[in-house]
Amino acid sequence: MTDRPHPQNAEALLPQPRTGWLLRLAPSLGGPFREANWGDRALHILTLGFALSSFALTALIALALYRNSILSIEKFGLRFLWGTTWDPVFEQFGALPFLFGTLVSSGIALLIAFPLGLGVAIFLSELAPRWLSDPIAFLIELLAAVPSVVYGLIGIFVLVPWVRDDLTPVLKKTLGFLPIFSGPSYGVGMLTAGILLAVMVVPFITSLSREVLMAVPASQREAALALGATRWETTRMAVVPYARSGVMGSMFLALARALGETMAVTMVIGNRPEIAASLFAPGYSMAAVIANEFTEATYDLYLHALVEIGLVLFAVTIVVNALARLLILAVARKSAEVQV
Amino acid sequence: MSELKYRFRQAKNYVMFSITFLCTLLTVGVLFFILGYMVWHGASSLNWDFFTKLPKPVGEPGGGMANAIVGTGKLLLIAALIGVPVGFLGGVYLSEFGRNNRIGFLVRYATDILNGIPSIVMGIFAYTVVVLPMRRFSAVAGGIALGIMMIPIALRSTEEFLKLVPNSLREASLALGIPQWKTIIRVVIPTGFRGILTGIMLDLSRVAGETAPLLFTAFSNRFWSAGWLQPTASLPVMIYTYSIAPYEDWHRQAWAAGLVLLMLILFVNVVSRLVLRRRLAMGV
Repeated sequence: MTDRPHPQNAEALLPQPRTGWLLRLAPSLGGPFREANWGDRALHILTLGFALSSFALTALIALALYRNSILSIEKFGLRFLWGTTWDPVFEQFGALPFLFGTLVSSGIALLIAFPLGLGVAIFLSELAPRWLSDPIAFLIELLAAVPSVVYGLIGIFVLVPWVRDDLTPVLKKTLGFLPIFSGPSYGVGMLTAGILLAVMVVPFITSLSREVLMAVPASQREAALALGATRWETTRMAVVPYARSGVMGSMFLALARALGETMAVTMVIGNRPEIAASLFAPGYSMAAVIANEFTEATYDLYLHALVEIGLVLFAVTIVVNALARLLILAVARKSAEVQV
Repeated sequence: MSELKYRFRQAKNYVMFSITFLCTLLTVGVLFFILGYMVWHGASSLNWDFFTKLPKPVGEPGGGMANAIVGTGKLLLIAALIGVPVGFLGGVYLSEFGRNNRIGFLVRYATDILNGIPSIVMGIFAYTVVVLPMRRFSAVAGGIALGIMMIPIALRSTEEFLKLVPNSLREASLALGIPQWKTIIRVVIPTGFRGILTGIMLDLSRVAGETAPLLFTAFSNRFWSAGWLQPTASLPVMIYTYSIAPYEDWHRQAWAAGLVLLMLILFVNVVSRLVLRRRLAMGV
């Protein structure tokens, strides 16, 4: 994206006066006060105020979560994170089973969705012609538009019986010696939640990966093909590595979605705060416990413990998202350099 | 030997690309399975009562979800009143004043982060700032939660569509001596209006399906809600409560509600796609 200098940016080309650190940190802060026309100044300040609301809201959310979890933070400290007992009756709150459930279900989801999504992206960018690639990409993006409660509905009535009656016997027969595939299966559990999450995050991986793969310069492919590589070798050695940080970015974006997903997981994970080795066993996730118990929190400490789980979830998704965005920005910068 | 190796590389080429093709088939297949299953189960459960009647008392078959349909409309109205102005004006800033400066960059980054915050956390936020002080669940609280969720996508899609307006239009207007604010209001925004409107429709369709932020803000209601400050039923929450309940007839109604919600959302997505022929549905 190379824009011609925009009229009001022409000033930016002139040597800037050395102002205080605040203006150096954010040059356009001085902007509204430099514009000659009062209308320009007013519109600039008005829209700037609304643009900054993203910051303000993120900060406000963090503050509100912290202030409403203070009782639990003070009482349990870091023990909250590795305590395994969640017993509202005896005022014992440890979030480890929920952390475990969230991480394991998201992990299963990525294990399935990443190869699948990347495979689709490679097919759409390397093999399919444009008239086929675009509509299929749109169809896959529609998967992201399906509300999570509808996924939950399908999960309860289709996926749960399927996992219980069809998938479990097969897995037990072939891989039953592994502890993760042992024990009885009720249909609801980690594995079911992971599979459902995988379907939900595939579009995020596919859509972004396809875009970065398509942005890989043709010269990369041509160089590899000219050396006698097959198309697959070209893809594996020249195209995918070139787009690596974008592909990783799409994975982190999908991870962030999976970590925070609430309804579909709540409906199929089984909602039992235990840590079990078997993936067939029911579990619980951070988002699910908030959804289930929030309106039942009868005393302040209970409510604060639930909000603290929300705070942890908030912090984790922000870190994962920030990482994803940085990786995506790196790709954008790289492709901008190539175009120059 | 080298002939054999060449054959092997060729075979690997075909096998691997076939696998990527199967991946695609599987993923698209899942979408069609979901659509087909929803239509098959939902259409047979759908009847006129669903749209016009209130829910019957627990255990009694029949009834509908008229209150939830109206409730979802009310929640979306409040959400739009919050999300659209903030997102729209913020987007104008990013496109017209913050294109190449650091504030623009930081706002973009913060907006993407805000977009990634889990919906359940938005619910907690609305609970702490609206429900706790007012001591009651209300449509307003749910609408605020959804409205905040609308902001990031409204903001980024407005920015994207205003950026599509060619600079020559801005320059032509400025060259006539028209001040920049008037140029933005009379030239830039009207040119990008159709795109902005479509972006906002997509944004609304996305929050229309949200359940988690409503569970403890708008809560639910088995009757007509008595006002904007009363607990209000909504389609997604009804689907959730009905599907985890043990009654056969409730499951039937959950399918019907799921079908109505899904069709509404897919309709908006497909229409905007036709209007724009561009990818923006996901806010990625």
